[in-house]
Amino acid sequence: MKQIEKELVIIGGGPAGLAAAVAAYDKGLRDILILERDVALGGILRQCIHNGFGLHRFGEELTGPEYAARYEQQVKERGIPYMTETMVTELRADRTVVARSAAMGIFEIKAGAVILAMGCRERPKGALGIAGTRPAGIYTAGTAQKFVNMKGMMPGKEVVILGSGDIGLIMARRMTLEGARVKAVCELMPYSGGLARNIEQCLNDFDIPLLLSHTVIDIHGKERLEAVTIAKVDERRRPIPGTEQTIPCDTLLLSCGLIPENELTAQAGVPMDRITNGALVDGDRQTEIPGVFACGNVLHVHDLVDYVSEEAAIAGEAAVRFLRGESKKSILVSVKTDGKVRYTVPQILTEAKDTRLYFRVSDVFRGKKIVLKAGDRVLLEKKTVKLAPGEMETVTVKAEWLSELAEGEISISLSD
Amino acid sequence: MKERNLTCIVCPRGCALTVRFDGAGKITSVEGNACKRGVVYAEKECTHPERTVTSTVRTEGGAVVAVKTATTVPKEKVFAVMKEINAARAPRSVSIGDVIIENVAGTGVAVVATANI
Ligand SMILES: Cc1cc2nc3c(=O)[nH]c(=O)nc-3n(C[C@H](O)[C@H](O)[C@H](O)COP(=O)(O)OP(=O)(O)OC[C@H]3O[C@@H](n4cnc5c(N)ncnc54)[C@H](O)[C@@H]3O)c2cc1C
Repeated sequence: MKQIEKELVIIGGGPAGLAAAVAAYDKGLRDILILERDVALGGILRQCIHNGFGLHRFGEELTGPEYAARYEQQVKERGIPYMTETMVTELRADRTVVARSAAMGIFEIKAGAVILAMGCRERPKGALGIAGTRPAGIYTAGTAQKFVNMKGMMPGKEVVILGSGDIGLIMARRMTLEGARVKAVCELMPYSGGLARNIEQCLNDFDIPLLLSHTVIDIHGKERLEAVTIAKVDERRRPIPGTEQTIPCDTLLLSCGLIPENELTAQAGVPMDRITNGALVDGDRQTEIPGVFACGNVLHVHDLVDYVSEEAAIAGEAAVRFLRGESKKSILVSVKTDGKVRYTVPQILTEAKDTRLYFRVSDVFRGKKIVLKAGDRVLLEKKTVKLAPGEMETVTVKAEWLSELAEGEISISLSD
Repeated sequence: MKERNLTCIVCPRGCALTVRFDGAGKITSVEGNACKRGVVYAEKECTHPERTVTSTVRTEGGAVVAVKTATTVPKEKVFAVMKEINAARAPRSVSIGDVIIENVAGTGVAVVATANI
């Protein structure tokens, strides 16, 4: 097996991997290699042709491919090496990366530092457990997005969508524009996980009904999907007898959440967060294995790519500091959540500097305060109007609080 | 006094806007917006709503390339715009920003490529 050495290996050439590479380069590192299994750089953004990306980062509204192209250009201008059609199949705790490609065969890279940027995949139907037959015509929303936007092929004409995450909403509009009839978007929860603007411009603009507290309970059709039966659900998400209705359709799209692609991470023995399904990280986005960093959707699911780029730049710069022996771990503070706040990233703080915590809540909350505490001492209270699971929130932990604390815990919670 | 509730679509924040009108149907106030763009959006949305259209165009080579209207177009023209986009053909090789249709559906707005191929 061919063996090479690299200071920094980045697994995944999506927006996270590219932004991490650019940040590392701009910190002075040159020996970088990006490994991407797809035919081109850009990640999932290549198929997200709608606009709405980059308002934070570039101050203008870009489409997904345009946003990805800006980072791709930055990578190419700097001459940062990358390999496409190269799949990483193994990661070891000593930062050995095993990859394979048609050009190189199987090869091994001894890396000084590794950045995990593998993104996430969609929760498939098998994981949802819907009763009924298994005909053709059932796709995840992202697969349909790839067919329509990358291949120019329509998966069907009469569509029901299960799940109101952003990808489902975006696909409701996309299929409608291409001449399909989207009959309903069913959402199990009493609220949508998607952005309010997408409900407005993707559903309301086309009079597509959003059925909250509804789910698909049966699938009909032998060769091709012919209909689905939907029903209303109670507070415990159980179908309510008598509320069933059968909707004829040839296509069912599933937009039921994203799962971080962490097989390699787990294989290397990186300790994981059970809530995010990503690695546990500190403010540098360093995992508990020294020199292994994570950023983007592989770390926790982001809805805005602008935040992905921001997080990736943190990881990219920190990897360079690690390689130069400049990372300083002066404190050890873990961040605890109350369940209403589901998780934070980072989960661990190892440096006494101002650190932004990114977090999500478990339900829709109105008029709550975000409270940050060390023991009984209240560090910060922040009033909010509305918090929703679909929207990532942030709060900044101040350096002075951390240096006083040195070790132990801070907690983040919601209160009235 | 009449009222209309809107969700602002200018940015991911998605502010809930309340627009009030006088007897003659003129806007008297916009509330709920976090920034000035919300007022501009509300005024447009209540007089002549506009949208950006994004789609794909088939190239001579058989692949598809992503496109968008260079600016927003009147909302009622969205399907007319789609019809012309679907009838159009792009060259085999296209770069971001290349004009694919000059004046789409009589809107005066161009359709431009958003990907390189
Ligand atoms: C179907 C879908 C649609 C989405 N639509 C939107 C949207 O409309 N708007 C929005 O803001 N966000 C959207 N998102 C979220 C979007 O993923 C993020 O905003 C952003 O693209 C995340 O960047 P990333 O680099 O972390 O992940 P990705 O863009 O997913 O990139 C990860 C890259 O890693 C590569 N990779 C993974 N494993 C390996 C391996 N073992 N070896 C080599 N390469 C590997 C993948 O091929 C991929 O290119 C969508 C996500 C999905 C899954």
